[in-house]
Amino acid sequence: MAAAALLRRIPAARAPPTVFVAARSISDSTAALTIETSVPFTSHLVDPPSRDVTTTPAELVTFFRDMSLMRRMEIAADSLYKAKLIRGFCHLYDGQEAVAVGMEAAITRSDSIITAYRDHCIYLARGGDLVSAFSELMGREAGCSRGKGGSMHFYKKDANFYGGHGIVGAQVPLGCGLAFAQKYKKEDTATFALYGDGAANQGQLFEALNISALWKLPAILVCENNHYGMGTAEWRAAKSPAYYKRGDYVPGLKVDGMDVLAVKQACKFAKDHAVANGPIVLEMDTYRYHGHSMSDPGSTYRTRDEISGVRQERDPIERVRKLLLTRDLATAAELKDMEKEIRKQVDDAIAKAKESSMPDTSELFTNVYKKGFGVESFGPDRKELRASLP
Amino acid sequence: MAAAASSALHAVGAVASAKPRSAAPAVARRRSVRVAAAAKGGPGSSGRGRMVARSAVAAKADEAAAAAGSKSGGHELLLFEALREALIEEMNLDPTVCVIGEDVGHYGGSYKVTKGLAEMFGDLRVLDTPIAENSFTGMGVGAAMKGLRPVVEGMNMGFLLLAYNQISNNCGMLHYTSGGQFKIPIVIRGPGGVGRQLGAEHSQRLESYFQSIPGLQMVACSTPYNAKGLMKAAIRSENPVVLFEHVLLYNLKEKIPDEEYICCLEEAEMVRPGEHVTILTYSRMRYHVMQAAKTLVNKGYDPEVIDIRSLKPFDLHTIGNSIKKTHRVLIVEECMRTGGIGASLRSAIIDNFWDYLDAPIMCLSSQDVPTPYASTLEDATVVQPAQIVAAVEQICQ
Repeated sequence: MAAAALLRRIPAARAPPTVFVAARSISDSTAALTIETSVPFTSHLVDPPSRDVTTTPAELVTFFRDMSLMRRMEIAADSLYKAKLIRGFCHLYDGQEAVAVGMEAAITRSDSIITAYRDHCIYLARGGDLVSAFSELMGREAGCSRGKGGSMHFYKKDANFYGGHGIVGAQVPLGCGLAFAQKYKKEDTATFALYGDGAANQGQLFEALNISALWKLPAILVCENNHYGMGTAEWRAAKSPAYYKRGDYVPGLKVDGMDVLAVKQACKFAKDHAVANGPIVLEMDTYRYHGHSMSDPGSTYRTRDEISGVRQERDPIERVRKLLLTRDLATAAELKDMEKEIRKQVDDAIAKAKESSMPDTSELFTNVYKKGFGVESFGPDRKELRASLP
Repeated sequence: MAAAASSALHAVGAVASAKPRSAAPAVARRRSVRVAAAAKGGPGSSGRGRMVARSAVAAKADEAAAAAGSKSGGHELLLFEALREALIEEMNLDPTVCVIGEDVGHYGGSYKVTKGLAEMFGDLRVLDTPIAENSFTGMGVGAAMKGLRPVVEGMNMGFLLLAYNQISNNCGMLHYTSGGQFKIPIVIRGPGGVGRQLGAEHSQRLESYFQSIPGLQMVACSTPYNAKGLMKAAIRSENPVVLFEHVLLYNLKEKIPDEEYICCLEEAEMVRPGEHVTILTYSRMRYHVMQAAKTLVNKGYDPEVIDIRSLKPFDLHTIGNSIKKTHRVLIVEECMRTGGIGASLRSAIIDNFWDYLDAPIMCLSSQDVPTPYASTLEDATVVQPAQIVAAVEQICQ
């Protein structure tokens, strides 16, 4: 025991963190493993998938790692916001990591994802890197949107991540448009359009769902139900909070959004369904620890007991940690080390992002129009700054 | 024009800026650019298969100016047919072009612009939507993000107010907020303007509502020639373009060239060259202006009429050259007075050409009222030729 503990205290001897050396006891095995989801799926107009999810030890470790990275990033963003390095709106995703990670595990980068403003972790899941995320949050040039989008406008075109939208619900018709383009180009891929329980009451959702059902588009509408639309609890906003049923003629599935394996199973099921039969609604029963945004303490409309209760009973990272430990796929200390190293990764990324410069003033006029516009435009004062649109 | 050299299509602009304008051009310069499928030659050459900057005689409004330089005689058609021709040509050239709107497919389009297209191109390319402007405009934007080139039709421009969020926030802004990752090559088009007693909600002029949206380009067509040219250019543009058509202009007849051509989106059209006053107008008001011009010519005035066509951005080059010549400006528009296109244009002219003005800029716009139903009241809402004549007389005192 002592020898093993000694070995673990020599970080320099270890290979770079992204690869876990086989000699360690953290499993990187790809042997199939079947685990039951926390609760069975509830379905509407469709036969639910099985509760038994196939995974591998390596995948579980990846889940733990990815979710921990997301958790750390969001907590770091909280500190940066309080230090006034991030301004404006900042909507944090901690508590909901399982949805991002489970979804990514079930699909490919050719499938499309679009979401609203709680997008930092989806950006990471789609392959975005920490430095460009933090740079964007701090409005720097190295940000993923060149500092011009901010927290609510993260995009990654090469990974088919379509953002990043500030107006509640408006991303769902966009998502159905993406699905339309996928069908038009015969791509055999699907689009996951994420929205919240607040957005679920937007009319444009039902319009888009109607059109998607008529045209049999591979659109999957995913309601990330964290039970609060900013300060309004779901029972005060929706006459029928059974969001998975609100598609009416469109099938739906209710999923425990805090169980990454359930999310993975549901998303795989949904993708297969959507590509073959048209739209489907997924409701992810999840929870956010932070308030709606950094301007919202998150405790005026819910009790602290409720928040800590969920953290104790249903936290997605703790669930995977328990799985890893009880099945002997990793030891507690190893997971702790992984978390420490993730913390360092995040701190390093923040330091690097802080070094990045603010965008140049000429960037004000770039990307308003696409190249080839060919006409001079004048600056806001019309006298001085003449920017030729690039 | 820094970017002009990079694209032959914009070489037209370079030609315009390089050549000094003579004091009284005898011939109206219509700068239309002809495009053959693969050729990209320099400007100034004529003949088929080359890029040309053409001069066409367009001295009178009722002359079929468009066919003046056409080699093969041209063909006559109505404005809505010209729009349809443009759509068919572009849909044949590029398989990613699709049409989305209410009753555009099986019904053939409420103004017959898309008649026959569903039979030609199928249900996946000519899509009948339910009455859900907000969502199908949003879907158009989403499809554009993913590489298609949708043409979204609002059955009446006024209905697109329901989609204002999608047009403003997503269509206009996504290229910017994504740091240039996504382009939205969408065309949003539809008839607007005051018709014949259609009632207030169906007689709206939305140019003023959309003009402030950054990232959007706006053009207004007024003749079959420029309707076809602008539609084609709008479809080919990488930027989102709003194409304003007018309910009362769909049945205008004109002879247009047989060869393929495109109009430059950012360019104004010289309708009638003159000396005494620059009249800036667009869409249906062009015809009221030309009618007034007849009266003015009889009274001894020589107005220069420019159809600005490009509502955002303004073609300050053509407009400026005209002002430098005449020193007097009258803007005639169908937009409302408050915050309209005329208001912005006036502002832009004052900022840039103040020293050239000999008289205050006059702007004739529609009244700031919901369009009434009664025909006399409706006529009083928009600018009539008599008012234009009176305004010119006042300016030229």
